[in-house]
Amino acid sequence: MAHEILAATNAVVTLDAAIPGIVWPWLVTVNMWAKSIGTGVIFMLFMLLRMYPEQAGKLRLPTAIVAFVFINIFLLFTLADLHQPFRMWHIFVYSNWTSAIAIGSFMASTFLGLLTFLGYMAYKKDYAMFDKVLLWTTILAIPVTLYTAGLMAQCTARELWQMPTESAQMILAALLSGSAFMILMGGSTLNDKAKNTLGVVLGLSALMAFIIYMSEYIFGPMKAEEVAATIDYVKSGGQYSVMFWIGQWMTYILPMLFIVLSRTSKSESILKLAAILALVGLAIVKHVWLMIPQLLPMS
Amino acid sequence: MQLGFLVDLHLCMGCKGCEVACKVENEVPLSTWRLRVKYVDVGTFPETRRTFTPLRCNHCENAPCERICPVSALHYLENGIVNIDKERCIGCAGCVMACPYGAIYIDPQTQTADKCTFCAHRVASSMMPACVVACPVQANIFGDLEDPTSNISKYIQIHQGGVQVRKPEKGTNPHHFYVGGGNVTLNPLASHRTHGHSLFNNITTLPIGGHH
Repeated sequence: MAHEILAATNAVVTLDAAIPGIVWPWLVTVNMWAKSIGTGVIFMLFMLLRMYPEQAGKLRLPTAIVAFVFINIFLLFTLADLHQPFRMWHIFVYSNWTSAIAIGSFMASTFLGLLTFLGYMAYKKDYAMFDKVLLWTTILAIPVTLYTAGLMAQCTARELWQMPTESAQMILAALLSGSAFMILMGGSTLNDKAKNTLGVVLGLSALMAFIIYMSEYIFGPMKAEEVAATIDYVKSGGQYSVMFWIGQWMTYILPMLFIVLSRTSKSESILKLAAILALVGLAIVKHVWLMIPQLLPMS
Repeated sequence: MQLGFLVDLHLCMGCKGCEVACKVENEVPLSTWRLRVKYVDVGTFPETRRTFTPLRCNHCENAPCERICPVSALHYLENGIVNIDKERCIGCAGCVMACPYGAIYIDPQTQTADKCTFCAHRVASSMMPACVVACPVQANIFGDLEDPTSNISKYIQIHQGGVQVRKPEKGTNPHHFYVGGGNVTLNPLASHRTHGHSLFNNITTLPIGGHH
């Protein structure tokens, strides 16, 4: 491992170009965060319509609008992050099918088209058609959620981003943010049972995501020197260490505790607090995980 | 034909002639490099030595940048060079993130990705890359890897046990080789990088594409 070589050689870079700064900035964090909400609320609507059809029926139009807005935010920030945004159309004309970006662009565009149709159907109150299209929209929401994990996995040598864990994290983030948003949006529309179900989804996705983060934090450095060097940006203190732990507490630990508390005390306010914390914290967690592999010197 | 590059680090003396020749030939803007020579000091005074490592695009046979580019702006030429079409590039920086060698940058003038192309324009005119011509000690050896009579093939045959590539575990199959390299020269994590990374300035990080 590199640290042993370092100890033996005391090697120091004395003349080199400075390390490149952050390549994918906070715009990409917002991109991922908004996409999680956009697909997550669709997952939750699909589930609620099967479990609580009468109450969830009233959420068809609001959910379609929320998903439409957040997927547009996701696309807008994707566009804003390009250095040549006016060439965006090249993706659709000169598509490279080995690229997660190209495949994701087509899927996200189709997803947005389906959301627009869903919104129109909900507005027209054609619920039979809405429910048929919702099935396909939900199925498409899975790869739309996952493709960013594929993109991160294609970043060779940024070893913190592994496909199995990142894909799990992306789906869990969508379930977490989708359930949190539905808890807030449900208001008086959903009864306590439905809200409890959303709370369970929120709590379990928080628990599973937290387990994965802690597993990577503890065991990741034992597997690859790049992971060890990357995790060290969190372990050695500094801004990313603070952000990492604030994110873990806000997104996972506190919401889990508050959900248990809300169930025992039957308090909707505590459930809503858990939802707000999870939504805000998710952006912080995603930001840290996006930034730290970019700090690693590649050359 | 599969073009490749070999640097004999035993010969390199860190004069940066290749770096300057590359800058001039390819009009590489300030604060960006297609090729640079990294100095790493090894040991503890008075038992110290300085190593020099020219770093450029590795023109991988299995290039992550080519794979991730959504518009095929990064593409293979028939001679194995990984070339870039700056008119097609959308500046997503996926290639910058995917390259395990940190060899790609966003050109602050064109706001598109750019990197070493083995001077593809010169090669097309049967000329050697600018860095090869500029090297005063012939540490840079360039040629056809498929031709057993080429200089590079002969060099690899002679130095078989000592030929290395950077990060072989990444499975990229680089067409860029080193003789006389070691962990300190080829592994970026095997040396300390204090703030500034340089004897002569205090810049810690470079802006990407001139913004953010």
